[in-house]
Amino acid sequence: MATIAAPAAPIAERQPTDWATPAMRSRIAARYRAERNFRRLGAAALVIAASFLAFLLFTIVRDGWTGFQRTETRIDVQFDAATLGVDPAAVAGPQGQALLARADYQALLLKAAEQLGPADDTLSDAAWMELREALMEDPALLGKRASLWVPVRSSIDLLAKGKYDLAAPAESRGVTDREVSDWRWLDGKGRLRTGFNTTFLFGADSTEPELAGIGGAALGSLLTLIVTIAIAFPLGVFSAVWLEEFAPKGRLADIIELSINNLAAVPSIIFGLLGLAFFLNFAGMPRSAPLVGGITLALMIMPVIVIASRVAIKSVPPSIRDAALGIGASPIQVVFHHVLPLALPGIMTGTIIGIARALGETAPLLLIGMRAFVTDVPQGFTSPATVLPMQVFLWSDDVQRGFVEKTSAAIMVLMLVLIAMNSLAIYLRNRFERRW
Amino acid sequence: MNSNPAIGHNTPPKMTARDVNVFYGQKQAIKNVSIDVSREHVTAFIGPSGCGKSTFLRCLNRMNDTVDGARVEGRIELDGQDVYASGMDVVQLRARVGMVFQKPNPFPKSIYENVAYGPRLHGLARSKADMDEIVESALKRAGLWDEAKDRLNESGTAMSGGQQQRLCIARAIAVDPEVILMDEPCSALDPIATARIEELIDELRGRYAIVIVTHNMQQAARVSQKTAFFHLGTLVEYDDTSSIFTNPKATRTKDYITGRYG
Repeated sequence: MATIAAPAAPIAERQPTDWATPAMRSRIAARYRAERNFRRLGAAALVIAASFLAFLLFTIVRDGWTGFQRTETRIDVQFDAATLGVDPAAVAGPQGQALLARADYQALLLKAAEQLGPADDTLSDAAWMELREALMEDPALLGKRASLWVPVRSSIDLLAKGKYDLAAPAESRGVTDREVSDWRWLDGKGRLRTGFNTTFLFGADSTEPELAGIGGAALGSLLTLIVTIAIAFPLGVFSAVWLEEFAPKGRLADIIELSINNLAAVPSIIFGLLGLAFFLNFAGMPRSAPLVGGITLALMIMPVIVIASRVAIKSVPPSIRDAALGIGASPIQVVFHHVLPLALPGIMTGTIIGIARALGETAPLLLIGMRAFVTDVPQGFTSPATVLPMQVFLWSDDVQRGFVEKTSAAIMVLMLVLIAMNSLAIYLRNRFERRW
Repeated sequence: MNSNPAIGHNTPPKMTARDVNVFYGQKQAIKNVSIDVSREHVTAFIGPSGCGKSTFLRCLNRMNDTVDGARVEGRIELDGQDVYASGMDVVQLRARVGMVFQKPNPFPKSIYENVAYGPRLHGLARSKADMDEIVESALKRAGLWDEAKDRLNESGTAMSGGQQQRLCIARAIAVDPEVILMDEPCSALDPIATARIEELIDELRGRYAIVIVTHNMQQAARVSQKTAFFHLGTLVEYDDTSSIFTNPKATRTKDYITGRYG
């Protein structure tokens, strides 16, 4: 050593640590207290979060489960050919069904409603459809008498379900005295029944709550998602494959990666504006169509799929690629024989989560006209349609009391679908996850 | 010693390398290496970590192609054919020059599929029976048949490390290569599994030209007839294994063999 340090000051002898002093004891106690408090805080946060969720689910189910039910009343109908305006001889002929489809059931219903006495104004506007359905199913009924169950107006339906507070003053309870007395009369005669509402599950939107259905929106969602998957899945996966396996590493790859990450965080309404500007205004595609909605949502979830797929591809160990290359597989064979099959569970998980997001999306679809009032179940990818969350939005906006339960019921359907999709994602991940 | 210099010195080399330089970006990993790989012998590449022996091994079947920024200069020939020529089919080259890696890397598929993958890739079997025969003979040659014959449909990754490595050797053998490159094939294995692999290498000698990279000098002495000593990217000495270990010419070799560094 070249330099020798000056003799160091003598090191002070330390007193042995006394762990029993009051200061030491209180320090230890404070530490345990802090630990306990932090755990309590965490538990409290969880309880608050869980109770919010429970409250949300409770109110939705409480309001919504009756949305799956409909009240009907029994009427005896005389299928009178003269009132219907059809010729019995022609009905038996080859054009029979067409004739029956065009017959005047409103007049028939008006006549039949007389038997309801004071409550003759309680039938739904579309009750005549039940008559038509019954007669077209069995043309032999023509000229005969039959007992049918037909839907009642929404107010009677809600009264039967006990949705009104009848003790409240007439002006604030939301239902007229006439309606209440009508309901009491029908109920007293045993002419009412509340049963499962198939119209709600399979029908499309309507201005009348008792006739509105979720089926049209559900099919619209399905058609939209088919387009979304068909576009976003292959584009996303192949982008990820190229970026991970073939892209030259460098500045360009970094910029692309940054752009994709940013794109995944872009507010969804921006994609709606893009869809409006490009697909509708520039490309002239049809408004309100699942095709355009699907493409727009595909653009939105593609970055999510790319990111998830890249992570999945990256997690395939390089030794597998080496093994395949070393035996003479070409880079494309390595990707298709080994990398993609091994990465698929991860890719599927990411895709399903992306699709679940697309299923719950409304903002971009507002802008491309999918908030339309569509009373028909969509016929194809270019016919006007709406989607499940949009249907929830439309109904929640409606002033009629009857749509409250429909809104909650629609939310239940939407959430069930989402839960099913997420469960599938988790199942796939657990089932096919591999460890090396 | 198994070496029989008479055969080795009379037949033309299986692979030759002349003035090979390898760069990773700016860094030069291999400097002017020239070497002949004998077809009858096991050739061992030894040297301290980072000396470039694995890099050089991966040049022989162009596995460095997949490494970003890797550049190979010089000439490497397989039976007189330039491996880096533009007309060279890399797929075919890797079928002729097979490789076994440091860490056993069976595909996460069945044992049968692991072995059948290569032959299927190159269309070597015309029928299912053909394939069965190829798989059986490859597993037999790799000394794995008795352990694997009753569990051909089980996953290759469910086997022990030593069995996995022999499965990887069977997989390489199944495409009937001319050369087998082994990159520290025993470094992840216990002594008993290592002994099995060494036995196997000895059995395969003569049928395939074998090049093995190893850290373990005793292993090089046990399995090889030719040894090349690499240091800092250069080939310091290349000779019969017996001469390298008993009478090294270069001081660096001598220092390494005697454990001065490494």
